[in-house]
Amino acid sequence: MIHERMKGPATRKYRTLGTPENVLVLNAIKALPTRNFTQASFEGAEKVSGEYLNERYIKKIIGCATCGMRCDHIGVVSEGPYKGSTARVEFECLWAVGPNCGVDRLDAIIEAIYQCDHYGMDGISTGVIVSFAMDCYENGILTKKETDGLDLHFGNAEALVELTKRIGSRKGWLGDVLAEGTMRAAEKIGKGAVKYANHIKGLELPGYELRTLKTAALGFAVSFRGACHLRSGAYSPDVKGKVDRLKIEKGRGKLVMDGEDLYNVIDSLILCKFSRGVYYDTYEDMAKYYTLATGIEMTPKELVQAGERINNLARVLNIREGKGTREYDQLPPKIMEVPVPDEGFAKGAHVNQKEFDVGLDDYYEVRGWTKEGVPTEEKLRELDLQDLVPVVKKRMARMREKGGK
Amino acid sequence: MASMHERKFVSGDPAKCVGCCVCEYICSMEHEKTFNPTKSRIRAVRLNPFVNIAIACRLCEDAPCVAACPRDALEQSEESGLILIDEEKCNGCGWCIEACDYGAIQLHPETKVVFVCDLCDGEPKCVEWCPEEALDFTTKDILAQKARVAVVKKLFQEALKATV
Repeated sequence: MIHERMKGPATRKYRTLGTPENVLVLNAIKALPTRNFTQASFEGAEKVSGEYLNERYIKKIIGCATCGMRCDHIGVVSEGPYKGSTARVEFECLWAVGPNCGVDRLDAIIEAIYQCDHYGMDGISTGVIVSFAMDCYENGILTKKETDGLDLHFGNAEALVELTKRIGSRKGWLGDVLAEGTMRAAEKIGKGAVKYANHIKGLELPGYELRTLKTAALGFAVSFRGACHLRSGAYSPDVKGKVDRLKIEKGRGKLVMDGEDLYNVIDSLILCKFSRGVYYDTYEDMAKYYTLATGIEMTPKELVQAGERINNLARVLNIREGKGTREYDQLPPKIMEVPVPDEGFAKGAHVNQKEFDVGLDDYYEVRGWTKEGVPTEEKLRELDLQDLVPVVKKRMARMREKGGK
Repeated sequence: MASMHERKFVSGDPAKCVGCCVCEYICSMEHEKTFNPTKSRIRAVRLNPFVNIAIACRLCEDAPCVAACPRDALEQSEESGLILIDEEKCNGCGWCIEACDYGAIQLHPETKVVFVCDLCDGEPKCVEWCPEEALDFTTKDILAQKARVAVVKKLFQEALKATV
């Protein structure tokens, strides 16, 4: 049954053009972050689009064991300086090292992804780190002295590949600093580099323009792992046009929460997120297959609650480590302060503090948390997490003490 | 007696196979009621993302596995060409495994006797389930004809290009 659905319309996108299809989709709605979240659309999008990629670079589409979907687009560079480079190409990595760095050369993009694979680095993080360095270079914070002669202007494909290698091997001062990630690198570089560091809770932003996808902005800000598109599916109602994506209003908290809880359940069931569409009745289907696979009775309601429990558990973990409260649910300066410069309907869009606060309050309220973003005792008891009540109390008491001094 | 020309067997097309192993899972499900590739009579091999193929028994003429068995536990059906295994006689010595050029006959992880493709009574489940249609239940003659058609198409395309 699932096998048949895997070959059906729910996975069409992943089987045909693959996730790089998003390049032109997001570009058209001005939601494709370009040059380290400076512009919201990329003039070279055509040359890094899924269509262009599949026509010229994808040699074979393979699949994981037992899967009927087959989404694995293997790209090969057949000529030029990066000849022979082979990598699986997905939208996020393609975006991170491509439009995000102003690069419109797919051969260099595939080579950069290949280098990320080679060194075992996350393609999204690496791409955003490189674009952060490029932004610093453009704004005079980094000079040729620090980059060891590397010309880090946006769009320099050779520099992108070279810097990726340097980060992977921690070569030179810059490679060593950037290998720490944007959050720590920005602190080490200093000189106001923090302004160009696009991360939430230390995790680099994925390829969704948060200034024009504001439900996603809220979702990524409150996510317990930071800006992770696999942790919060809040970009989906924005992109699909179910809500007005240019503002945050009451009701978005519930959208974000439902998305998070569903993703928690999907991850805990070890389901592939590409396959999420084949569970037509989401929780009903998942509960049914859970029972079939394990023999343990499961109801959709219990699954929903499990998702909520996971999120609260993770939140408490963050609180215990001192990083779980409202002041950590923040967006990077570029999203809050720099308006979209692109001409058109999105011009001037950015997330302002007022609407962001409305969103946070709304989200905490539907979650049953305090205004500080801390799960209440009742909520924890309701979710059978009463063991964690002392953990939260202890930490909050310590924080109040600190604040009092 | 069916001749070599008429014997149908499961053949994998490396141009289409992506190494997803659905055939392995459905095979073990059909024969052993479990999803366990080590109990599958067809095995997919992935050398790299571009080189994949699934391999099952090819019903050789004068099958070397049968000749290699020192205990006369293997026999080839004259009618269908299938390798028939006497599980009482087989002691898992593995001479047949060494003799097979394709690795199509294997030692069962639990029963410790060898097992091999039986074509699911003439309707191989792996062929039915392959998502890439990379498996064919076919004869050697049909394969040859398909190869000829493919190569002529290719030549024709090149000829077309050359004339334009």
